Order: sequence, then structure tokens, then C-alpha cells
Amino acid sequence: MRDYLLTEEQRMIQDLARKIAQEKIRPVAAKYDETEEFPWEIMRILAQSDLFGVFIPQEYGGLGGGVLELAIVTEELSRACGGIAVCYAATGLGTYPIILFGNEEQKKKYLPLIASGKKLAAFALTEAGAGSDASAIQTTAEKKGDYYLLNGTKQWITNGGEAEVYTVIALTDRTKGARGATAFILEKGMEGFSFGKKEKKMGIRASATRELIFNNCKVPKENVLGKEGMGFIVAMKTFDVSRPGVAAQAVGIAQGALDLAIEYAKERKQFGQSISSFQGIQFMLADMATSIAAARALIYTVCRAVDRGEKDIAKESAMAKLFASDVCMKVTTDAVQIFGGYGYMRDYPIEKFMRDAKITQIYEGTNQIMRNIIALNLIKETLR
Amino acid sequence: MEIIVCIKQVPDTTEVRIDPQTNTLQREGVASIINPFDMYALEEGIRLKEKYGGKVTVITMGPPQAEEALREAISLGSDEAILITDRALAGSDTWATSLTLAKAIEKIGRFDLIICGKQAIDGDTAQVGPGISAHLNIPQVTYVKKIEEIRILEHQSTGAPEHRAPSTHSAIVRVQRMMEEGYVVMEVPLPCLITVVKEINEPRLPSLKGKLRARNALITKWGIQDLGIDKQDVGLEGSPTRVVRVFSPPPRKGGQILQGNVQEMVEKLVELLKSEIL
Ligand SMILES: Cc1cc2nc3c(=O)[nH]c(=O)nc-3n(C[C@H](O)[C@H](O)[C@H](O)COP(=O)(O)OP(=O)(O)OC[C@H]3O[C@@H](n4cnc5c(N)ncnc54)[C@H](O)[C@@H]3O)c2cc1C
Ligand SMILES: Cc1cc2nc3c(=O)[nH]c(=O)nc-3n(C[C@H](O)[C@H](O)[C@H](O)COP(=O)(O)OP(=O)(O)OC[C@H]3O[C@@H](n4cnc5c(N)ncnc54)[C@H](O)[C@@H]3O)c2cc1C
Repeated sequence: MRDYLLTEEQRMIQDLARKIAQEKIRPVAAKYDETEEFPWEIMRILAQSDLFGVFIPQEYGGLGGGVLELAIVTEELSRACGGIAVCYAATGLGTYPIILFGNEEQKKKYLPLIASGKKLAAFALTEAGAGSDASAIQTTAEKKGDYYLLNGTKQWITNGGEAEVYTVIALTDRTKGARGATAFILEKGMEGFSFGKKEKKMGIRASATRELIFNNCKVPKENVLGKEGMGFIVAMKTFDVSRPGVAAQAVGIAQGALDLAIEYAKERKQFGQSISSFQGIQFMLADMATSIAAARALIYTVCRAVDRGEKDIAKESAMAKLFASDVCMKVTTDAVQIFGGYGYMRDYPIEKFMRDAKITQIYEGTNQIMRNIIALNLIKETLR
Repeated sequence: MEIIVCIKQVPDTTEVRIDPQTNTLQREGVASIINPFDMYALEEGIRLKEKYGGKVTVITMGPPQAEEALREAISLGSDEAILITDRALAGSDTWATSLTLAKAIEKIGRFDLIICGKQAIDGDTAQVGPGISAHLNIPQVTYVKKIEEIRILEHQSTGAPEHRAPSTHSAIVRVQRMMEEGYVVMEVPLPCLITVVKEINEPRLPSLKGKLRARNALITKWGIQDLGIDKQDVGLEGSPTRVVRVFSPPPRKGGQILQGNVQEMVEKLVELLKSEIL
């Protein structure tokens, strides 16, 4: 059951991502967690290995895979460091709007640069007053002939300041409510586009989280993604395909924690025997492994549905993210428990997994919002 | 630049067992990898190609499954791969191995630089590289830790053997050769052979595009007939080395630390030297 029915190519991707995670990321994970520097050396390795191209169509310089390939890589990287993994995964999040809604010129212009890893991407919806309630955003985009003027501030944007390509959701018509938002492609360096302070975080500290500040930022009208007024549709459809990626990050973090817990349980001796001989520990390990396997199976199933082109996947995608992130939190907490007091110490690698786990229950929609989506769809389905 | 890199497939462990009956290495049941030093050789070859243009050809002599090692080399950026495999080669020592590799390189024809690893982690002799250069009658530098530059010389003969067909005439390579303390800088005319140490670079990981290319790449296969080698010149028969016994040297016993003031210690030392060593 190692391969969960992966194809030969997907296994090749998995093997390479695992090798990079073990040989290149694991040795530096603690360093980046400590310094909160952006892991450019790892981004370069991922770029050289073509891993940024796995989910991008071949005609735009990618390898032609989909969200399953993106999930496989994210999972493997997360086993070594959830923070470094999200720098990679957030590029996927920032790129999907272009894959899903970009026109031919936009795809030709941006996708090859992202596939080769020359440029990272990011996605910007959240603002200080608009988290779960995305419709409360205040950033505006005013049309002025052949360009728009953007004003406002986005908050907590992963890869903010490091990425070159940004998908930004802004209001083009305040009177139209949810239909008044539009998605734009922005580039770092555009006039009037700057960055706020870098946040200090509990976990995923290798990743950069910054404000994006738009001060009469001039964006050419060619950079509108889809049509004016489609902003929230772009955002929601993007989340439908990106949430399995967060789920994969969660499963990767959980797996990494379980791997360490097993290793430790075998080594640690109390009462004259290895703690792995205690049933209390064994049952914990068994439950951890089982829930990880279940989460992974759900994620891969949803990814395959997305890659087959199924449209109605909001519910399943939310389920994958909800279940995997809850599994992740539980598994990493139990892993610290297995390490005992040593697990609480920063000298040991396990507490980082617990800190990194928490975010997966929060971003790309909190788990309460995931339950809302699932329940709404359940009710909607019965009305058909 | 026409670059040839010699790689050897070795068991994935430094603890190879030796068959006490035949005194040969036991390879069965152990996963195989490219000899770690050869990964540095390969990386250096690929970097030179990236810098100066040209082509990297990898060759290996080994059993049919050594093809895996060649495919891995392609996934890392080698252009062509040649597997020299023949039952008659079984049991070859370093002389026969280097003769065979030299014949294969002659058959390839054009080359500027041959790169080998410092040594193989299983055989450990470090003789094959120098052996190849001797058979080919070209210069060699072992333990290279840095290639400083490759320089084309104008209007000057480098003294390259006339019967070879190097693709670049009148060029030299400037290298740093590792010594116990420090290094020496040497200039050598091309074509030549170098063996490299791990200080020379940090090998890259494969790329997915490289792996996909490697999957379908054509591997050239040559036997001893293709190389015009006589059966009695290779294999056990053609190997002058006779292994008498293979053993691990006994671990060194710990030294003795003398106590007391200087006078006492000197006296004790002299006494010890007189009684035990002299
Ligand atoms: C490290 C990090 C990185 C991020 N990266 C990005 C990014 O790249 N791009 C981006 O656009 N955003 C990003 N975000 C923002 C993230 O998506 C939001 O934080 C998230 O959507 C929740 O919004 P909020 O923090 O404002 O919480 P709130 O919406 O204020 O929620 C507070 C609490 O109330 C609950 N709640 C809210 N509404 C309901 C409801 N209707 N029913 C039940 N409970 C409810 C929530 O579940 C939560 O528990 C990031 C956030 C963090 C922390
Ligand atoms: C004591 C002893 C007894 C042995 N007895 C036998 C025996 O009876 N039968 C037997 O089959 N083998 C035997 N061998 C193994 C055999 O002699 C060597 O494995 C082989 O000749 C290569 O030498 P090496 O492994 O020392 O390589 P080294 O000389 O250490 O290798 C240096 C470099 O040469 C190149 N190179 C080496 N081998 C190859 C290759 N095959 N293809 C391409 N490039 C290569 C690589 O670049 C490598 O890094 C014995 C080895 C030893 C040490």
C-alpha cells in the first residue's frame, strides 16, 4: 500500500520530492524555523528539479500533471518542514487562478516562468477586516481607461514580498456586493505596490507572511483575470482545487511527526524497557498511522476527481482539508506526548511539527468554514 | 568539450562482504548505487559542459544491471551512455578493467577530458583512473579538488599524442590537486585524465525532465568483440593480480599516557623505548 495507486510518473515525482526533503530540507528545517529567513536555497533546488512544473500544463513549460502531483510534492516536503513546503504550495495557490481563468496571453506570459521556478507566486484575498467573511474586503480597483488604480491593504499573504506574481482580489464595484469583485494579476515592482512588515509566527516560520500595500497601484487592464465582477468566483474555484494541497501539507506534517515518534519510541527506555513495548504507546501509534492513511486516501481521491475535470467538488475539497488538518493537529499533539518532556523542548524536532500543524486548521478557510461549506452542500444536494 | 566520465556501480554500503573461498567481493542482495566519488566526477563533467559547451558521455563496465547507473547519470544531465558488459569480463582486476575502459574510450574516439572518481568504495584501489591514462598514453592528475580553468592556447603544440583524436587541439586545463596539507596547482595539456575528490563540488539532484529523458534514453552496449579485446587479456585469466588473502587490519591499540612532571615522564619514556621498542 505504499503507492496508493500512483502511476509510475507520480512515483518518480514522489521519490524525487522525498529525496530533496530528506537530503536538503531536513538538515536545515530547524535553522529556518529559528531564523525565519526565506528558504531561497531550497526554492532553487526545487526549481532545478522541475518540481514547480508538476501541476502546470506541458504547453506552458510544465510537466502536465495536476493537483495530485502538486499534493504529492507538498506532502513529501512537509514531512521534513511544513514551513518550507508552504512556500512551494502557496505558489500553486497563486498560480491556479491563472491556470483556471487566465487567457492565452496571460498563461504564455506567466506560467513558463512559474513552471521553471524563476518566479514564485502568491494569492491575496484576506484583509484586516475580511477573513472568513471575504465579501467584507475593502481594497478597491478603479477603472481609468486602459488601466486600474488599486488602493488598499491585503494582510497575511504567504510568499508576500518574495513572490513576483500575485493574484489579488479587489472591488471594482462596491454597489454590486459579491459580484463587484475582480481578480488581477500583479507583478512585484509595479508602481504603487509595496510590502508591509513580515509577521512573526507560531509555526511555518520558514514561510514569509506579509502585507501587500496598494497606493494608487497602476495595473493594466490586460491583467484582469477572467472578467470584471468574477473576483469571488475566481477565489472560490481556486480554493476548490487548492484545499487538497493544504490537506496534503497537513498529512505530510503528520507523517513526519509519526516517523519521528516511532523512532523515538523504539529508543527511549523507561521501567527497563523500550517505551514502544507499552500498549498505551503502541495504540497511539496505531491510531496515528490509521488516521493518516485515511486522510491521504481521501486527499488523493479528491485530487483525482479534480484532475478528471469534475466541477462540483467544493464539498469534497473542504472535507479533505478539514479532515486532514484535524488529523494533523491530533497526530502532532500525540507525537509530542510520546516524546514526553523531551518533546516539549526546542532541542528536539517534534514540537515544531505541532506548531506547524495548527495553521492547517486556519488558512484557506478555517475548519469552521469548511464545515459550513460541507453542510451547505449537503442541504443543497437534497433540494435538487 | 568532449567529456567522458567513468562511473562504477557499487553496493550501497561500505561494508562489502568478501567471499572467503574465492576472495572476491560478494555483491548479491545489496542495493546498488553509483560510486559516490563518481557522482562528483559526473557533476564536474556536467558543469564543464554547461560552461564550455559540448557533450558528456558516461561509460561503465559492469553486469547488465549497471544500466541503472547509466540511466541515473542521464537523469543528472549526461548526454550519452555506454555499457560495457560481457561474461568474459567477470573477474577483471584493475589492469583488465582499465584496459577495457581505455579500449572503449578509443572506440568513442573524440575526447578532451576523462574524469574518474578518486576511488571506488568497494574495490578501493584508486588504480583504474591512472590505469586508463597509462593505456591511452595521456597525462593524468589524481585527487583534483578544483578545475580552475580550461584555456585554449594559440599556435602551440601541446604534445598531445598524435594518434589520438582530441576535439580541441592546444588546450590546457589548470587544476588544484589535493595534498596532505594544502594543494598544488597544475597545468596539463588536453586530452588528459583526472580523478576527483569530494571537495570539488556538490552534486546536484536529478530533475524530473532528466528522469523522464533517462527512462527512454538509448544505452549503447559493447562487448569485448566490439572493442577488439582478446578473451585472454581480460577477466580472471587476463588479470595479473592474484589475491592472496583479504582481511581487515586489526584495530590500533590505544596509546599509553605518561603521568608526572616532565623529568619523570622523560625518564619513563626513555625506559619504555629501551625495553619495548629498541
Ligand atoms: C500564516 C497565515 C498565512 C496566510 N496566508 C494567506 C494567503 O496567502 N492569502 C490570503 O488571502 N490569506 C491568507 N491568510 C489568511 C487566512 O486565510 C485567514 O486567517 C482565515 O481565512 C481566517 O480568517 P481570520 O483570521 O480573519 O479569522 P476570522 O474570520 O476572524 O475567524 C475567527 C474565528 O471565528 C470563526 N468563524 C468565523 N466565521 C464563522 C462562521 N460563520 N461560523 C462559525 N465560525 C466562524 C473562525 O472559524 C475562527 O475560529 C493567512 C493566514 C495566516 C495566519
Ligand atoms: C583485494 C581486491 C581483490 C579483488 N579481487 C577481485 C576478483 O578476484 N574478481 C573481481 O571481479 N574483482 C576483484 N576485485 C575488484 C576489482 O579489481 C575492482 O573492483 C575493479 O578493477 C575496479 O577497481 P576499484 O574498484 O578499486 O576501482 P578504483 O580504481 O578505486 O576506481 C577509481 C575510479 O575508476 C573508475 N572505475 C572503476 N571501475 C570502473 C568500472 N567498472 N567502470 C567504469 N569506471 C570504473 C571510476 O571512476 C572510479 O571512481 C578485487 C579488488 C580488490 C581490492
